[in-house]
Amino acid sequence: MAAKRLNQKDKYRCLTRDLGWEPSYQSKDAIYPYERFEGIKITDWDKWEDPFRLTMDAYWKYQAEKEKKLYAIFDAFAQNNGHQNISDARYVNALKLFLSGVTPLEYQAYQGFARVGRHFGGAGARVACQMQAIDELRHVQTQVHAMSHYNKHFNGLHDFAHMHDRVWFLSVPKSFFEDARTAGPFEFLTAISFSFEYVLTNLLFVPFMSGAAFNGDMATVTFGFSAQSDEARHMTLGLEVIKFLLEQHEDNVPIVQRWIDKWFWRGYRLLTLVGMMMDYMLPNKVMSWAEAWEVYFEQAGGALFKDLERYGIRPPKYVEQTTIGKEHISHQAWSIFYQYSQATNFHTWIPTDEELDWLSAKYPDTFDRYYRPRYEHWRELQARGERFYNPTLPMLCQVCQIPLAFTEPDAPTQLSHRSLVHEGERYHFCSDGCCDIFAFEPEKYVQAWLPVHQILQGNCGGGDVEAVVRDYYNIAPGQDNFEYQGSPEQQRWQAVQGTERQAG
Amino acid sequence: MPVTAIGTYTAQPLDRQANFHGAQLVYLCWENHLLFCAPFTLPVDPAQPFAAFIEQVVKPAIALHPDAARVDFTVARWRLDEQPFSPDLACGLAANGIAHKSLLHLHTPGLEGLGGSHN
Repeated sequence: MAAKRLNQKDKYRCLTRDLGWEPSYQSKDAIYPYERFEGIKITDWDKWEDPFRLTMDAYWKYQAEKEKKLYAIFDAFAQNNGHQNISDARYVNALKLFLSGVTPLEYQAYQGFARVGRHFGGAGARVACQMQAIDELRHVQTQVHAMSHYNKHFNGLHDFAHMHDRVWFLSVPKSFFEDARTAGPFEFLTAISFSFEYVLTNLLFVPFMSGAAFNGDMATVTFGFSAQSDEARHMTLGLEVIKFLLEQHEDNVPIVQRWIDKWFWRGYRLLTLVGMMMDYMLPNKVMSWAEAWEVYFEQAGGALFKDLERYGIRPPKYVEQTTIGKEHISHQAWSIFYQYSQATNFHTWIPTDEELDWLSAKYPDTFDRYYRPRYEHWRELQARGERFYNPTLPMLCQVCQIPLAFTEPDAPTQLSHRSLVHEGERYHFCSDGCCDIFAFEPEKYVQAWLPVHQILQGNCGGGDVEAVVRDYYNIAPGQDNFEYQGSPEQQRWQAVQGTERQAG
Repeated sequence: MPVTAIGTYTAQPLDRQANFHGAQLVYLCWENHLLFCAPFTLPVDPAQPFAAFIEQVVKPAIALHPDAARVDFTVARWRLDEQPFSPDLACGLAANGIAHKSLLHLHTPGLEGLGGSHN
């Protein structure tokens, strides 16, 4: 007599691989039309390993448990006015950046995995993508819920999805993910599962979640814990994807290498925003961006690429530029946001004396020499009531869409710039990495929706920058943007803290 | 292949000059003045004489820098799309060879930013 209950192994087989079947009246090419055009050769989908062996029924049960605990903590946080226990109201600006810059990427990840999960011939890969799609959707929801409490007490959190689609600097994360989603399914997995989730995700999640912990934001910390086991699964999928592609056929190696080069560079550029957050936006610092890069990329990534050597994979192109750039990029990014704060959904400020000294100590070779003079100058202007705002619009990179604010790797006082002409039009880039990406697929990037150019074409509402910010971005001038010192948000925070002290 | 796609794929650039309603874009980078975080994107009239471009566009764009008042444009050096460039002050921008989305570098010898720090 057959056993009434399936054992683990049989259950796994029935609920994953057995969900696939051999088609009889349609060709596989017709069912999976996107599986071949990228040049990737798959000879045997059965070689796909599922490292977690998770099935849908176990998945629901496990996730439901986590949700229950998570929402209990959110409720307690809200009832106890947990936002009043954070280190300083400046911290909330990191959350504004996260909610408008990262949370919508979780949604894009959900869309991306749901789509590519449909397009793989192997059932194992399809199930893995399905689960990750659901994870990503859960992350969107839990992040929105974690931060919704802050929306009641702080400015700039009111319309994050709308802002993600429109605000100039949010085109940086948005276009990153749209680039991946408009690629073929294998490039998408190499971009997101491997290059982002496996190689770089620790540089996104650890800084934000440790930043939350160091600054008393228990809601976000708890979200982070709840997402951690999902992230572990995503990272493992990323490594499996790359090993599977490399083992399937030697012709895949150069294709995968080019994708690693491209997506490492795109990810590195995107993480500039995280570096800025760590070095400038956290009142209680976790570690510097340079230290995080050393621990989570140079050490961990070094071991990874040593491991991949046997497949013929080398470390990403231009990786040596990141070793130089780690001493610079966070300062360059904060300089952008400080001077264009009239057009952001968060506040900026000059670091305190103590913070400036922390930056000098963490960046002994660069900060005092290249960056401190500008902050001291801006601070003087501010003291005179002439807070510095740049009245022009910046030049953007055609690929990463970040203002051309990075300096040459070998010339730290010279802005880095590359350019090429394609079919009579001139295009500009911040780096060799971004220029190479364009040169390989110009037809893709000539269509880039560069916010500055769109404003100047009149496609973001008429009038001046203030009208664009107010009407097109839905950022309330004088409330959500500009300098933190003297902002309504700072005043409200001081009033709350004052009341607390009196009551205590 | 200009793009990895499932079939024939052609695309229109989004930033052709025709989309700027008669204006063209010029980017301007003032070297050794990183107080301005990135080069500026400036919409200009292609017929505007270079002298008027200096007065009406360049000077207001850089005015917030303490070095701005000390710039002597008669000795300033220019590069156009990374090549040495001697503008004809009386001629229009387009007639000077400044195309849509050209990048101008402005170098002002003797002015090296705040306290010589290139900021």
